[in-house]
Amino acid sequence: MSLALDTTDAPILEVREVAVHFSGLIAIASMSFAVPEGEIVSLIGPNGAGKTTAFNVITGFLKPTGGKVLFRGTDLTRLSSNRIAGLGVVRTFQRTSIFAGCTVFDNVLTGMHRQGRAETWGVLLRLASVRAETERMREAVAEILAFVGLSHRADELAGNLAYGEQRLLGIAIALAADPKLLLLDEPAAGLNPSETEAFMGVVQRIRDRGVTILLVEHDMRMVMTISDRVVVLNHGRIIAEGPPEVIRANPDVIQAYLGQGVKHAKG
Amino acid sequence: MTTRLLPWLFVLVMAVGPLWLGDQYILYVLTSTGIFIIGAMSLNLLLGYTGQLSLGHIAFFGIGAYTSALLSLGFDLDLGGAEPFVLGPQPVWVAFLGGILVAALFGFLIGKLAFRVRGAYFVIVTISFAQVMRMVALNWVDLTEGPMALNNIPPLSVWLPWDGVIPLYRKEYNYLLVLAVAVVCFLVIQRLVQSRVGRALVALRENESLARSVGIDVTRYLVVATVIAAGMAGAAGGLYTHYIRIVDPDVFMFIYTVTMVIMVVTGGKGTLAGPIVGGLAFGVLPEVLREVARPEVQWIIYGVAMIVVVFFLPQGIVPAVKNWFAGRRKRVAATALGLRKETSA
Ligand SMILES: Nc1ncnc2c1ncn2[C@@H]1O[C@H](COP(=O)(O)OP(=O)(O)OP(=O)(O)O)[C@@H](O)[C@H]1O
Ligand SMILES: [Mg+2]
Repeated sequence: MSLALDTTDAPILEVREVAVHFSGLIAIASMSFAVPEGEIVSLIGPNGAGKTTAFNVITGFLKPTGGKVLFRGTDLTRLSSNRIAGLGVVRTFQRTSIFAGCTVFDNVLTGMHRQGRAETWGVLLRLASVRAETERMREAVAEILAFVGLSHRADELAGNLAYGEQRLLGIAIALAADPKLLLLDEPAAGLNPSETEAFMGVVQRIRDRGVTILLVEHDMRMVMTISDRVVVLNHGRIIAEGPPEVIRANPDVIQAYLGQGVKHAKG
Repeated sequence: MTTRLLPWLFVLVMAVGPLWLGDQYILYVLTSTGIFIIGAMSLNLLLGYTGQLSLGHIAFFGIGAYTSALLSLGFDLDLGGAEPFVLGPQPVWVAFLGGILVAALFGFLIGKLAFRVRGAYFVIVTISFAQVMRMVALNWVDLTEGPMALNNIPPLSVWLPWDGVIPLYRKEYNYLLVLAVAVVCFLVIQRLVQSRVGRALVALRENESLARSVGIDVTRYLVVATVIAAGMAGAAGGLYTHYIRIVDPDVFMFIYTVTMVIMVVTGGKGTLAGPIVGGLAFGVLPEVLREVARPEVQWIIYGVAMIVVVFFLPQGIVPAVKNWFAGRRKRVAATALGLRKETSA
């Protein structure tokens, strides 16, 4: 597997000196890192390090105090979150986030929004193109549900799913939005070991479909197994960056995790 | 197949039944209830599907009513220039469409606003909006005649092969017209909510952040929904004004919004049939009570009925009935399965 550290290819995502201050509290002091296309890059760090805040900045849910986020050369910090998703930068949420009152199938169908074109007039006039589009989308939904292994739950209300299934559904919704870059915020949180194992497979298969992945995860075994690169954040600063085997041996990283207690450093 | 035919069967019964009964009073009650049901259906698009509580919904109804009345009567407007702006009476259908357009325009503005102010503030803003409209109607006497009301509003007209163009004075025709407009509004809402656009609206209701994270421009769809809902409420107002043929500032009263909210919530918000079921129940109930109870008792019964529905069927009547049927089907399936097991054992 090429680590592409000194490749001439421009990275798909470049975070440049991003800073986030919350009225006095410095959540991110200054953060710069890049995500090469086609890789799984993990962003790790103790609780409160600023990982979710970084996701919020990249996906337009939060305007940074300073700095830039370049996606294939476009500065994302000026765009609204839905425009950013429109470019193919799609995130999941740390807290389980689904359309609880809709069926599993409709959840994923809603996620396909940006792959459709149908608007009010076409819908009201029942244009043939709209019907064809719906048909296409429904097939794609079935495929995505099969991919994450939720086909048998398609007609169930999303709110009735078990916790682990809801986490998978969150990913299915994001996949439906056809991401080029997928940001996963602690996707394995709360899963048992066998679920986590299955989950790692899903993430790797997403990458194999050509989707670049930026992963925030506390499960170190998962991070070290599937990442191509790891970026370590502590107190709003990047303290280390590199391939997993290098990060594992980095004394600053060990210190950061030990200083916080070892509960998250398992594996 | 039966579920596809059922709504049309209902329309047929509603079209034929009351005419067959031939009772003018029943026709009057059903016509005014029908007009409110159209308003409730449009409110449901906002309240039920996008999850935005607009407590000023009657404003769109009133704007439609006044605009349509004024256009059909003609008016002159002294804007401080040398010559007042004079508009002669317009054909009723032009006036009716004008009412829809102006209501939709206000819907656009409120929709834009709804994006900036959410939750409780939005509720307050929409209530104020309806109140301001009432004040305008009361005080802009040159235009609206204020509390003296606009009178002699012409009825809508229709072209019939055997009669030519005739004005709709008769209750039967007005009733059928309201029914027809209700069917059109129902179909528009049905197509909308079962589409990509409708899913975007529901996504906004269910989980706005998640909706934005998959690229849904929630602002845009909220505006689309408000424009359509306002236009429909404006159409209901137009029907009302040309049916009653008089309109005064009380058309903007808060109680009418409350009535529509009750219709939507008791019937089942976010369901297609909810506003119709709730609307029929709570539109016809006062009239039935009027026959059997003293005025003060009428409202007590009305209130109790409402509380009972909301308390025991918090999702509304339609979802409760659906769940009951779904549950029964499951039970039947389970017993069938149990029987098969027993016979095989
Ligand atoms: N909206 C906000 N307002 C104020 N402070 C915030 C806000 N969001 C995050 N913070 C603070 O910013 C810091 C970084 O939070 P963040 O959620 O990014 O951490 P994290 O790395 O995702 O942690 P965890 O592993 O617990 O999810 C924390 O101190 C947090 O309390
Ligand atoms: Mg976090």
